Amino acid sequence: MIRLALLLLALLTLPARAEEVVMGMSKDSVSITTDFDGSEILIFGAVKREAPIRTDPPLQVIVTVAGPVEPVTVWRKARRLGIWVNTDAVEIDAAPSFYAVATSAPWDEVITDVEDLRHKVSVPRAIRSVGAPMNILDSQSFTDALIRLREGEGLYQLRANSVELRDSTLFDTAISMPANIVEGLYSTRVFLTRDGRVVSQHASVIEVRKVGLERWLFNLSRNQAPLYGLLSLVIAIAAGWGASAAFRAMKSG
Amino acid sequence: MQIYLPIAEVSVNVFLLFGLGGLVGILSGMFGVGGGFLITPLLFFLGIPPAVAVATGANQIVASSVSGVLAHLRRRTVDLRMGTVLLVGGLFGAALGVWVFNMLKELGQVDLLVRLCYVVFLGIIGALMFVESLNALRRSKRGGPPKRRHHGWVHGLPFKMRFRTSGLYISAIPPMLVGLSVGVLAAIMGVGGGFIMVPAMIYLLGMPTKVVVGTSLFQIIFVTAFTTMLHAVTNQTVDILLALVLLIGGVIGAQLGTAIGTRLKAEQLRIALASLVLLVCGKLALDLFLTPHDLFELGAQ
Repeated sequence: MIRLALLLLALLTLPARAEEVVMGMSKDSVSITTDFDGSEILIFGAVKREAPIRTDPPLQVIVTVAGPVEPVTVWRKARRLGIWVNTDAVEIDAAPSFYAVATSAPWDEVITDVEDLRHKVSVPRAIRSVGAPMNILDSQSFTDALIRLREGEGLYQLRANSVELRDSTLFDTAISMPANIVEGLYSTRVFLTRDGRVVSQHASVIEVRKVGLERWLFNLSRNQAPLYGLLSLVIAIAAGWGASAAFRAMKSG
Repeated sequence: MQIYLPIAEVSVNVFLLFGLGGLVGILSGMFGVGGGFLITPLLFFLGIPPAVAVATGANQIVASSVSGVLAHLRRRTVDLRMGTVLLVGGLFGAALGVWVFNMLKELGQVDLLVRLCYVVFLGIIGALMFVESLNALRRSKRGGPPKRRHHGWVHGLPFKMRFRTSGLYISAIPPMLVGLSVGVLAAIMGVGGGFIMVPAMIYLLGMPTKVVVGTSLFQIIFVTAFTTMLHAVTNQTVDILLALVLLIGGVIGAQLGTAIGTRLKAEQLRIALASLVLLVCGKLALDLFLTPHDLFELGAQ
């Protein structure tokens, strides 16, 4: 209810423009607990306009969610002396750890290549690779491999036609995050396009963070590494001794 | 039931991990191997990052080895004196091994070298042990008297020590050297080194198989504890939660394994271990020679 009220308030206070997008999310933070098994986020919004609705060309919506950006090394194997060895490596300067794109129509109909390049909407555009070493001529195949491998893990998703747009005004979609996501700030963007051109956009942030035991253990391992190491040894030795004592008790009892 | 691992940053099935820990624990109790050569590849397979798998594997081996050693201590099948001599050599070897490892890292291809190390050592040890125990088994079936071990040059060395539990009176130099070389390999390959230590004790030092298992576990505790600390402090890749689930399965498995081990004949035990070693070696060799299904892979750096 409060969210809806806020949305309305946002609608009313926006500066006047031809078509304006406003968005909301079912949650703006994701907690990674011990039993975390992925999360689904509902992203919804509305188009605010002063003029009557134009239906030709039709309005389209694109929603993207991007995880923290980090460098990745992609290795390629080749056969040397009969065995498969990692021979070539390309360092990709910045690749999001998670990236989901949802659209209201097939990809070709929602955005042009020029606009995609400008706003970095599609998965390949969201990845930045400055240059490969001199000896590698097909650096594109390394980027393709990164996308393919992460798509396989559910980390990169392109879901066409998964945004529901009603009367060119209300839209909603669900983005599912797999269980193997990392923590950090996930930037969420919504683009309104007409005839492949972006007419309005809006950005927001989802915070993904470990909580409780997860948070505590992670911090301990980073801030007090020797203590953490000792703790893991104590647990190991205690468990070993405990099992031994338990089995002896079972046999004699 | 899924569990999210704070350091590995992946979510895995608890029962799968539990079963994996239990399986490796049984092997550990039966054969006196830490199981590092088995658990690390299996964790890769579950999608745990390699660095975390190696470090956490070491931590879990500490637990199953403690459990196993206590069971062996009750049966008086741990030669503490021999274990200590091996350990002294082992710690020096581990330090040397870490130095060699870092040198190889600078040259690149350390991953390949580790894997080649695995294939070569597992292959040689597995094959030798398999043939030897098969012969021994055949001999004992025929009912002939077991051949006396001939010591030869080993008896001529100075610093002789009496290892009562093993029934040996030999120089401290060979066990020290065995410990040292196993320590080097263990540090390079990221394992406790049980699968090299066990055959070395049987064939090089002439220790009775029953004593070998407990003694090997005894020294593995210290080597893996050292490795765990090293990983926790330098790489911060030990995942306590992952270790906890693995070791609950592991310690129970180790107790079962020890019980199974005492019911088997020494030769059967050795054949079983040899087959296991050969199996893992074959799998690793296939990975090197067969065309991988994806030529590309992602690395951290």
